[in-house]
Amino acid sequence: MAGSDPAIREAPAPDSVKILIAGGFGVGKTTMVGSVSEIAPLRTEEPLTSAGLGVDDLDGIPEKHATTVALDFGRITLGRELVLYLFGTPGQQRFWFMWNDLAIGALGAVVLIDVRRPESSFAAIDFFERRDIPFVVGVNGFHGRHPYTPEEIRDSLALPAGTPVLLCDARDRASCRDVLIGLVDELIAGSAHGGGTGRPGRAG
Amino acid sequence: MRPFTLTGGRTRPSRADFTLITSVTAVDPQPERAARPQPEHARILRLCAKPVVVAELAAQLDLPVSVVCILLCDLLEAGRITARAPRPISRTSDMDLLQKVRDGLGRL
Repeated sequence: MAGSDPAIREAPAPDSVKILIAGGFGVGKTTMVGSVSEIAPLRTEEPLTSAGLGVDDLDGIPEKHATTVALDFGRITLGRELVLYLFGTPGQQRFWFMWNDLAIGALGAVVLIDVRRPESSFAAIDFFERRDIPFVVGVNGFHGRHPYTPEEIRDSLALPAGTPVLLCDARDRASCRDVLIGLVDELIAGSAHGGGTGRPGRAG
Repeated sequence: MRPFTLTGGRTRPSRADFTLITSVTAVDPQPERAARPQPEHARILRLCAKPVVVAELAAQLDLPVSVVCILLCDLLEAGRITARAPRPISRTSDMDLLQKVRDGLGRL
């Protein structure tokens, strides 16, 4: 029973869930995480070997063991027993080896795009598509303006028909919240249909 | 300061228990006959008197996540903390959890 173990005498830890905020460099990920959550800068020191360098290359250069990667990290308390964590994925391509780690256990992802240069988020869309991780596309309007309709954006990004495209303003808390709700609604719809979200394959 | 001096030069944890949202909690009371913890270990123990996830610890300590994981491994092996993995997500059956997330977001 609980009383026999001093480690679990206190109330149990709340459930933790995770959503990734992805997209190219400078599309507004930091802004979005900051708008909707309490934000703290998070550093991670990644051994260079995991970036694909041979261990031998590092011999004799002890100060080059690791490289520092900065992540955006936000916390949203959803109730006494539930906390949602947002992680902004590093936008620079050379840090993409970290995305796999970040994606483990994530409910899904928001891929932010900047309509002035949508190509900077293509790779993020590919990443989640290939791994069958559910995602929605958040279109961050520059100064909150949206020159294109969601349909036009879906066509231009060649997204699967079912992928939600949501117009948003990363500076606006309610707008960012609505994007997260859009993602969760998509997850619920996928769950209700036995896991099918219109995308091929299945999560492992 | 070079962060890995805190870990005695180790750059990898001895075990892989810790994800970014693994929750850790200091054991209370601390094990008897345990040696006095190192300063960074003691800081972690103070911060996780109540459950806290690895990413939050790293942010509060202003230390890289990988360094914090190594220090947490030390504490786990010394019986000073407990670690709780996040609930595994099954996208096809966790309607209850998803609905809670949806309701919580709706209240923001």
